[in-house]
Amino acid sequence: MGKKKEWAKVLEQKQSAPGIYDLWLETDLAGEAKAGQFIGLYPEDKSTLLPRPVSICEVDKEGRRLRLVYRLTGQGTKEFSSYGPGKKVAVLGVLGNGFPLEAGRGKKVFLIGGGIGIPPLLQLAKELKADKQILLGYRDSSLFLQKELADYGEVFVATEDGSVGTKGNILDAIKANSLSAEVIYACGPMPMLRAIKAYAAEKGILAYLSLEERMACGVGACLGCVCKTSKVDQHSHVNNARICTDGPVFEAKDVEI
Amino acid sequence: MEKMKVTIAGVEFKNPVMTASGTFGSGMEYGEFVDLNRLGGVVTKGVAAIPWPGNPTPRVAETYGGMLNAIGLQNPGIDVFLERDLPFLKKFDTKVIVNVCGKTVEDYLDVVEKLSTEAVDMLEINVSCPNVKEGAIAFGQSTEALFDITSRIKKVAGQPIIMKLSPNVTDIAEMARAAESAGADAISLINTITGMKIDIQKRRFALANKTGGLSGPAIKPIAVRMVYQAANAVKIPVIGMGGIANAEDALEFIMAGAAAVAVGAMNFVNPYATVEIIEGIEEFMEQEGIGQISELIGCVK
Repeated sequence: MGKKKEWAKVLEQKQSAPGIYDLWLETDLAGEAKAGQFIGLYPEDKSTLLPRPVSICEVDKEGRRLRLVYRLTGQGTKEFSSYGPGKKVAVLGVLGNGFPLEAGRGKKVFLIGGGIGIPPLLQLAKELKADKQILLGYRDSSLFLQKELADYGEVFVATEDGSVGTKGNILDAIKANSLSAEVIYACGPMPMLRAIKAYAAEKGILAYLSLEERMACGVGACLGCVCKTSKVDQHSHVNNARICTDGPVFEAKDVEI
Repeated sequence: MEKMKVTIAGVEFKNPVMTASGTFGSGMEYGEFVDLNRLGGVVTKGVAAIPWPGNPTPRVAETYGGMLNAIGLQNPGIDVFLERDLPFLKKFDTKVIVNVCGKTVEDYLDVVEKLSTEAVDMLEINVSCPNVKEGAIAFGQSTEALFDITSRIKKVAGQPIIMKLSPNVTDIAEMARAAESAGADAISLINTITGMKIDIQKRRFALANKTGGLSGPAIKPIAVRMVYQAANAVKIPVIGMGGIANAEDALEFIMAGAAAVAVGAMNFVNPYATVEIIEGIEEFMEQEGIGQISELIGCVK
């Protein structure tokens, strides 16, 4: 089935940490969704036109439900955060490629999330049958999703202020706990992804990174959200891939970040 | 439907609704949302002689009722276009208009010549992209440059040519007349309006290119005004665009003098916009008892 824009219904929403909202939507898109994909959410305010790309945190296919955990960052997300049960919201999806599960099946893996890059790890942790070590980076003690993720593997936390777990970043947590893996799946801020790309290259291990960029259409038409690729991209015939369509998940060695 | 047909430079369109260049790829992506057979025409993303990488990111930013883009005409080049994108588009019963861009006049001529024997209905010549350092808008901001490139392209073109004009000029009527006198078969307008947005948290430009082209509903009144001025300055057909979101908007352009319209940024907002606009125009004609859409073109003087 192809992509579509349709109306979804808010089932419930709560604030799970300062600025972090946890939203369940009822939508047919749930039937098609998988870990690492995202949907576009349209604010109702007509002064804002474009869909907001939001990663999928959890999929309930039978219940036709999608869970989104997002950070309040601007006008669009501010509007979403006010939504209560029954509210209709226009959604576009399902977008992007998702995490490749095959690569990590049965292996020792790191699932690494930084900040608002953590939510897509939950559905990934549910779908991926592997020996999972889950590394979560936060600014401070305002944690979210770490308890749920602990159901799927051992969780290691790093905080910038050292209030919980290892003080520092994800790589500090890997070192402090003497961890190792054969495959890495990661989503988070660009400095973290760059460090993981370098770490994976040094260790010679396979890493998949979920990238983000300002986007307009979300479906691969506008060429707004490109990232540099190491080889000439099949679609663009230049060293640019579309994050919305060819990604958001790329093998680390294929992207210049 | 007979009453929706329009003819531009001898090319018959089943209805006056097309896609605006750069917002619809080469049709593949939005083919998942709309039946391309329904569209009057598909205007492709700009195609150059060789692949262009475009600008660094961020390339897009939202603004009040609109958006800025500075894609920088990333495109896979004419050879890939002919091998992959054109055969895809030819599977559909819609007119194909190829948007052509270049850094030098020779670049444009190269692409236009390659297209001259291809199954393409019209060419739209992009002399109005504000986001590249060389070419494009440089040919669309003086009457002399516009006259020169238009007449040179016209000599080698195998299809009727549409000159796509920039709103970033002092006198649009003068530009329209320059294109017409150089032999353009039609003109289209408006391309985007140069704009800027500053990210106050990061204290830097929202776009890596600093400036970008503003599109979306925010620019519509400017576009309607310019289409009106251009349509009243020339005899060749005008294709109108700039913030069209629905059938009412499209009808404003048609009444201002546009023989056809194109839907741009609003494809991103509503992927079904093109077909909904076609249906909305039909409905309006039904309600108003209009027998042929040509009755509406330029009816407001």
